[in-house]
Amino acid sequence: MVKKLLSAVILLTLFGFSASASPLDPFRGMKGSLDIAGGTAHIPVMKQAAQNIMTFNPDIRITVAGGGSGVGVQQVGEGIAHIGNTGRPLKPEEMEKYGLVTHPFAIDGVAVAVHPSNPVKALTSAQVADIYSGKITDWSEVGGTPGAINVFGREDGSGTRDNFTEKVLGKQTIASSVNVVSSNGAMKTALSRDVRGIGYVGIGYLDDSVAGVTLDGVEPTQENAAKGTYSVVRYLYMNTKGQPEGLTAAFIDYIYSPEGQKIIEEDGYIPLPRK
Amino acid sequence: MFSSSSSPPWLRTVSLGVGAILASVFAFILFSALAALLRGVEWEFFGAVWSPREEKFGLLPMIYGSLILSFSALALGWVLSLGCCCTLRGLGPRWLAKILLTSLRFMTAIPTVVYGFAAVFLLVPVIRSAFGGSGFSWLAAAVMLALQGVPAMTLTMDGALQSIEEQTSLTAAALGLTPVQHLTWVVLPASKKWLLSSALLGYGRALGDTLLPIMLAGNAPQFAASPLESLRTLTAHIGLTLSTGAGGGERSSLLLAGGLLLVNSMIVSLTARALAGRGPAA
Repeated sequence: MVKKLLSAVILLTLFGFSASASPLDPFRGMKGSLDIAGGTAHIPVMKQAAQNIMTFNPDIRITVAGGGSGVGVQQVGEGIAHIGNTGRPLKPEEMEKYGLVTHPFAIDGVAVAVHPSNPVKALTSAQVADIYSGKITDWSEVGGTPGAINVFGREDGSGTRDNFTEKVLGKQTIASSVNVVSSNGAMKTALSRDVRGIGYVGIGYLDDSVAGVTLDGVEPTQENAAKGTYSVVRYLYMNTKGQPEGLTAAFIDYIYSPEGQKIIEEDGYIPLPRK
Repeated sequence: MFSSSSSPPWLRTVSLGVGAILASVFAFILFSALAALLRGVEWEFFGAVWSPREEKFGLLPMIYGSLILSFSALALGWVLSLGCCCTLRGLGPRWLAKILLTSLRFMTAIPTVVYGFAAVFLLVPVIRSAFGGSGFSWLAAAVMLALQGVPAMTLTMDGALQSIEEQTSLTAAALGLTPVQHLTWVVLPASKKWLLSSALLGYGRALGDTLLPIMLAGNAPQFAASPLESLRTLTAHIGLTLSTGAGGGERSSLLLAGGLLLVNSMIVSLTARALAGRGPAA
């Protein structure tokens, strides 16, 4: 009897100790559901965090949906989602219309990408801008194998597109002949099968199937993005309607916790401290 | 079937209710399209350039894209359907007809996303390597839309042809016509109206499909001159632009695009009704 009691006390102490050290502790005893929607670059981070939380406390249900930055703003603004993710800063009119509060949590670089077998490994911003505005149409003009360039871009409302357009294209106008795909994943699918294709994806999405192009002499890696040498970077934001409360607040705190930062790094982004 | 006088009151209430809901949806779409049109005079919705960064929201390339894609898909699909239908009705061997009918019935149950996905990995690379370009093109979307429309069109045609065939088979046999002669000289000419209304059905489906154009047509807001060029349809435009922020020209252009699609399919279904209502062809 005494032995049993003792072991129970030991177990309890151990359990209590380990729990107080975990960043998941605030979720103990919580119930309810949390809906997250918006930017597609955020999804891997959100999913991993959601999985950790739901494993820790099965009474919590977290759904993570995509849709793009515009959808993120709209859904959180209209109360359909608790957190709306954007890959771009909120526009003043969006903040005003919906009363949104923004929480930047990571830095993501956007890389110009081509098929891995493409001999062109480096381009200048000016060349890329000329390709997207339709002034350069053949790979031989940028030192590649002769052949028409198949240009792919993202849809209006994509944070990746906004970042790319602003940092690389500048004042140039995108040619109307540019093909449009609707997610980072679809971009990879298109580029990984087209030896004459060019497009852009979040650096976190680069792998064996698509090759990042060195831009103005700087390789598109998260290290270079963090150092500031690679210039096509953007912040990833979570947005809430008003100050977050309850489960929403706990989730955001978790993303900023050391464990959350680790998830962000594992997915190829650079964590940002809470401002 | 019920005649309207003998139908129970609950049924009439339900059908009135459903009718009212549908009417309000139509009214909502049309009114919001009209409002968008009036509010957005400076947005040049009927201009030729779509470039939100320059505040240009021209929908003309998408209207053009929708029309040429659905007409070309229809032309291709209708001819295929007529061929399938004739095979079913006796121009082909019986075993082939059986296989064809089974696979057509099966095809009606395949979701469009499956067609789209298969085409991204099978058809697009073939077009790219055979003809150049990126492969995401008017051609790729038209072929898949045509295929997607074949089962519905063939089965509609087949139903009509079968009933006309039954009505006229005795007379035809008495005249000494072979089954093939019967089909080509009697049944087909007599079912002109049905062949036409199946075309309208196919057109409506091709115009309304969203996923295949988004996945296959390339979505460039331009006036495609060759089947190998990329184009954007109104439906794809709605799908792609839906994620833009609230307010502004993008949003209004969506409402207008919805209205245009509705008006177009209304014209199609009214035409179909007018044709079907003209009594049996002599």
